[in-house]
Order: sequence, then C-alpha cells, then structure tokens
Amino acid sequence: MSVYEKNNIDSSQVKSHALAILVENQVGALARVVSMFSARGYNIDSLTVAKVTEDENISRITIITSGTRMKIEQIKSQLGRIVLVHKVVDLTSEGDFVSRELIFVKVKSKGEKRVEALRTADIFRAKVVDSTKQSFIFELTGSSDKLNAFIVLMKDLGLVEVARTGSVAISRGSLKIN
Amino acid sequence: MLYTGAEIVIKVLRKLDVEYIFGYPGGAILPIYDEIFKQNKIRHILVRHEQGAVHMAEGYARSTGKVGVVLVTSGPGATNAVTGLTDALMDSIPILCLTGQVPTHLIGTDAFQEADTVGITRSCTKHNYLVKDINLIQESILEGYQIASSGRPGPVVIDLPKDIQNSKTKYKENIKLRSKFKIKEKKTYAKNYNIQINKAIDLIKISKKPIVYIGGGLINSGNKASTELQKFSKLTNFPITSTLMGLGAFPASNIIFLGMLGMHGTYEANMSMHDCDLMINLGARFDDRITGRLDGFSPNSKKIHIDIDPSSINKNVEVDLPIIGDVSKILKLINKELTNGKFKKLSFTSDWWKKITKWKKKNCLSFINSKKIIKPQQALVTLNKKITDKDFFITTEVGQHQMWAAQYIKFEKPKRWMTSGGLGTMGYGFPAAIGVQIAHRKSLVICVAGEASFLMNLQELSTVKQYRLPVKIFILNNKYLGMVRQWQEFFHGGRYSESYTDSLPDFVKLAESYGIKGVRATKPEDLDIVINDMINYDGPVIADICVDEKENVFPMIPSGAAHNEMKLKDSDNIATSTKEGKMLV
Repeated sequence: MSVYEKNNIDSSQVKSHALAILVENQVGALARVVSMFSARGYNIDSLTVAKVTEDENISRITIITSGTRMKIEQIKSQLGRIVLVHKVVDLTSEGDFVSRELIFVKVKSKGEKRVEALRTADIFRAKVVDSTKQSFIFELTGSSDKLNAFIVLMKDLGLVEVARTGSVAISRGSLKIN
Repeated sequence: MLYTGAEIVIKVLRKLDVEYIFGYPGGAILPIYDEIFKQNKIRHILVRHEQGAVHMAEGYARSTGKVGVVLVTSGPGATNAVTGLTDALMDSIPILCLTGQVPTHLIGTDAFQEADTVGITRSCTKHNYLVKDINLIQESILEGYQIASSGRPGPVVIDLPKDIQNSKTKYKENIKLRSKFKIKEKKTYAKNYNIQINKAIDLIKISKKPIVYIGGGLINSGNKASTELQKFSKLTNFPITSTLMGLGAFPASNIIFLGMLGMHGTYEANMSMHDCDLMINLGARFDDRITGRLDGFSPNSKKIHIDIDPSSINKNVEVDLPIIGDVSKILKLINKELTNGKFKKLSFTSDWWKKITKWKKKNCLSFINSKKIIKPQQALVTLNKKITDKDFFITTEVGQHQMWAAQYIKFEKPKRWMTSGGLGTMGYGFPAAIGVQIAHRKSLVICVAGEASFLMNLQELSTVKQYRLPVKIFILNNKYLGMVRQWQEFFHGGRYSESYTDSLPDFVKLAESYGIKGVRATKPEDLDIVINDMINYDGPVIADICVDEKENVFPMIPSGAAHNEMKLKDSDNIATSTKEGKMLV
C-alpha cells in the first residue's frame, strides 16, 4: 500500500497470518528480518526463533503478522530478498496448520481465591511448576485464544506476572516446507 | 604459503578483475593500504570524502556495468559512506564496499573509531558481512561481489577487523562458494515462461491503446535488453516512455519515444499512461514520482510488469500479469512469439497514435526564451545541441536542473545518463562524473549541477585535479535551492524559507584556486562561447551559468494529482493541490 491509500484500507480484508521463515543461522539474520518489518511499517504480533537442524545451520522463525492479501504477499517477497533467508511459507494461506504457545502465569492469592485458581488451572490442564504459601506458577500450552482466556480468568484470582513464548506453527500433513 | 588477510583481499580483488578502488585511508584499514602500495595492477583513487568515494563507484558502475569498489576505514569512514550506499540500494547499483573495523577483541568496547558498521548498514545494503574468521575472508569477498552484481544489483559491505587483515591463512586457488544465494535467485524465476508469454501476447494482440513504460532495470539488464526493446518496437510500433532511471535505454530520437513520464514528464507520456488500455512495464517499479495519485493512475488499463525482483510486483500498483525474471530474456521470448505469430503492428494512422500525435502538438517542453537573461532550459538546449554528435556522458545533481537535463538532453544509448533517482542525493553528480571519467578517459563527461548541490561535494575538485580528469561541471546557478523554491512558491504562499543561498563562492575563482579552468555566462549571448570553451578545453572546467532565478519546471503533476491533472505553465493554477497532496513529498 502506498501513502496515497493509507486511509481507505478495508479493515475486513486484514487477516492474521502465520509465517514460517527458515534462515541461515548467522549473526544478523534475525536482525535483518526484524528490521525489514520495522522499516516498512509491518506489524509483528508475535515472534519465536530457534535452531531447528542438527547441524545448527538453519533457524526457524515464526512470525504472526497481519495485513491485506497484497500486504502479506509483499512481506513474503521482501523477506525473500534477504540473502540469509532460505524459505518463507505463509502457513495461513497454504492450508491447515497447528499453532501453539506456552505461558507461565504467576498468581498470588489467599484462601478461596487460591483454591479457585488451582481449580481453574485444572480445567485448563495447566501444570503447577512452582508453589509457595502465597503463590503458584502455572505452565500452560495451547492456542493463543485458550491462553488469553486463561489469563483473563486469572486476573481476578491474583495474577502477578505472565511470561509468554509467542506462537510456533507447523503445517498439517506429511509435507515438509523446505 | 600463508598470506595475511590484507594480501588476500588484494589477491581476490585482482582475480575479480577489479581495476579501480575508490577510497580513503585510516587507522583500521592500514594493512590493506599497505598492500595497495606494494602492487600496481589495481589503481586506487584517493577521494576527499567517503561519500564521494561511493558516488564515484556508482558512476563507474553505472557507466560500465561493472561492480564499483570502495575502500574506507572504520567509524567515520564507514558512516560517511552510508548516504552513498543508500543511494546505490535505491537505484540498484552494484557496489562492493570494504570497511576497516577495530580489531575483534575491541569490538563492543566503544574503541577509538569504532562504529557498529554492520548494524548501521544493514538497512542500506543488499547484504553485509563482518568477517571475524580469517578463513572466511576469501569467501566473504567473492560472495559479496556476486551478491552485489547478480539479480537486482545493490551495495554490499564487508567489514574487516584490523586483526583479521593482519592474521595469516592459506589462499584457496579453487574455491567453492556456498551457492545458496545463487540457487535462491534462480528459484524465484520460472522454469519456463510459456504460459506467461502467451498471456502477454494475448494482451498485446487485443490492445488498441498500448504503452511501454521502461525503467532502470532495463539498463541493469545490459545492452542486450536495449537491443531487444528496439526489436520489440519495430515489431509493434508501440509508444515508449521512460522513467528518469531508464533514459537512454531506448533512443530519444526515435519517433515512437514519448520522453520521460511522471511528475515532470512530458504531456504526451503522462496522458498516454492515463488513457492506455495496456501498460507494459519493463524493469520499473511504479515509484510515487511516476504514478501520482494511485486511484487515478491509469484506471482503464491491463498491466504487464516484467521485473527481476519479486518484491517489486504488486508493491504499489496491482498488476494483471507479473513476469519475474531478466527483462532481456523475457523480451527476447516475446519478440520471438511476435515474429512467429506475424503480429500486425500498430499503425501510425491508428486512433491511438493520432491521439498521441495530438498530445505531442501541445509541445509541453516549449518555454519562453529571453534575450536579457539566460533561461536554464535554453542553456541545456544549447548544451544538448553541441554534444549530440560527441561521445558524451551526463551526470546530474538533484533538483530543478536534474529535471531539465532529463527533459532537454537526448540520450541515444544506455549507460550514458547517471542520476540519483530513488534517494535524490544532492552531491551525487560531481563525484559520479569523476567515476564515469575514470572509466571513460577519452569521453566527454559533464556534470549538470545546481550551485547548491555542487557545494555538497565540491571537495572532490581536488581529486579531479590530482588525477587530471577533464570533468566538466556545468552549474545552472540560480542562487536558490530551485526545486525547494518552486514548491514554496506553489504550495507555501511564496514564503522562501531558507532556500536562498547567500554568500555563494565565485565559482570561477574557486576553480582557479584548484588550478582548474573556470568560465562564466551571465547573458544569453555568452552561452555559445562559454559552452564551446568548456567542451573544447582539454581538462576540468567549472562553467558557472547564471540563470533566471525564478524559473519553474514544467510540466508538473502536483503531489496527490493524477496523470491527466498536469500543469503546463505558471498560469495554470497549481496551488489547488489537495490537502492530502500537501502531506506528500
């Protein structure tokens, strides 16, 4: 999109997309990817990165971004220009995919609220990974929506702090992206 | 046998047939300068400012099709090069820039003349390297050179810490490059273009009102691309217009050439773009100087876009048929199909050509000449007349003079016109002219300049003198930042805020102080003699052409307007530019 059209983007055309980006595991690869997003004014809703090959040559970046179809296409080709980027796949438009993230939620409460927190965690199948007389730390894995719902419930039950990984995603079926 | 990193740098550059390095020494790059001293195959051109070095390399690269090589020191050396690197990135010019760096163990300690060069240049290079392992120095340079020159060309920085330049390793005679980026560039191209070519041919066949819009990509694609375009034009008779960067890729004297399009393009080019039913974009990128208001941009046309860079497709304008690849190859395929299919070319008596001829009759580049004062347009018309049968190259700075040069100087061949299109860098033209002259010693190289742009890199006069380069600096001196003044007149109520340059130097005396010839024209009748003097003098010349201070560039599409809303003269009410338009540059 250009400056000339900035006010007339139909917001119903803006969709969230999960991008899987395979990059050479070298200094500056992540910086180039991230600075492309900021330089061109694209959003990063979440970002994860880790080495994924045994020889440690390739890192996989998962970025959740949003935009119109044309903008997502543009993001893909701008990523493709980066020399250290091997492959970019838009999981959202390629078909079905699974995506998960992990959170730690620290809750501090007493009495009934403490019991309620534990009960809610049980419903969500969250694990208790740390416990003191006043607090719990819950670990929970799931879709972003599920995690959001859990956080909302915990707000009334003494939520202190949240640590969150951001989404990782992979396409369903037997095909490999590279 | 073991070689130092610095020795390897020179060995690799020699293997790559590098003839010239544009550079400036400093602490962190001394080992490489020592190696330069010990050999005489590669000529080093000592610049007077690192920005000048990159622009010279750009001029060299743009006029030869080779990679321009730059050598600077760490810290300020590297940061001074940033403007040039950004310029090269925007205009897709192959540059290899080697920067010195503090030794690896001092990186991150805020050492003397340390700067995060790879960090700073990440967004203004196609790719960059910090070589921390002596065993990777050879690969990095070879790879960087290849990245700079392949696909859509661009600048590459290689940051070389001083300890790496001094430590020793083996020189690998047969080196196998990690070929991943080569594979990548191939991957983006289709295996065969049959389907796309057929679709293109179908569109070409049914088109009644076609236009071909060419850009700098055609020049980067090499002389072959221009040859194929000429074949295409003979086969189709389609009108052709060019962006600022594409000038020269098609001969200006050919009757089907409509001149430059865009903000200061010709009436016929812009009207054809607006009214066409088929637009064929060859190696251009729908830049905002070209399109004007997007929702008014060529509303009724099918668009074919041929470009080597996938990210250029659908960036600003959504097209109907994108073809990704080298434009010369694709044009060749299209030409073959057209020849085989016995395509019937567009006749000059067709309605479309009649319409275009009518637009041409507007004579949009005409201007009212004066007997009292030199009109800048007249200066360039005269210059054009006197160089037209010579082997000439033109570079420009940025502003009004640049647009006038694009309008009034006629180019017949590619790689003859060097200008800063994307970034619009004042101070580009003079060093670029030096780079061109170094590559073409016998040719006539003229930098068409404005006095303000020239002041931005005039230190290179010293370089011109040192290497006896007969560069001609043709200054259209109106004492204003002309283009800024024009916008202030049109859009800011004539309040000339800071656009007048007081205390200009006497350019003739300035030239003389460097031992260079200086000439001046103040009256229209001086023009002939002064230009003859300049062209015929064997050596560098500054020609100070004192022109009308308040002349404006026309035609003009004001920001936020469409192609058919062009202003052709001062009396057209240009101040009606929309509120949204005023927000734009």
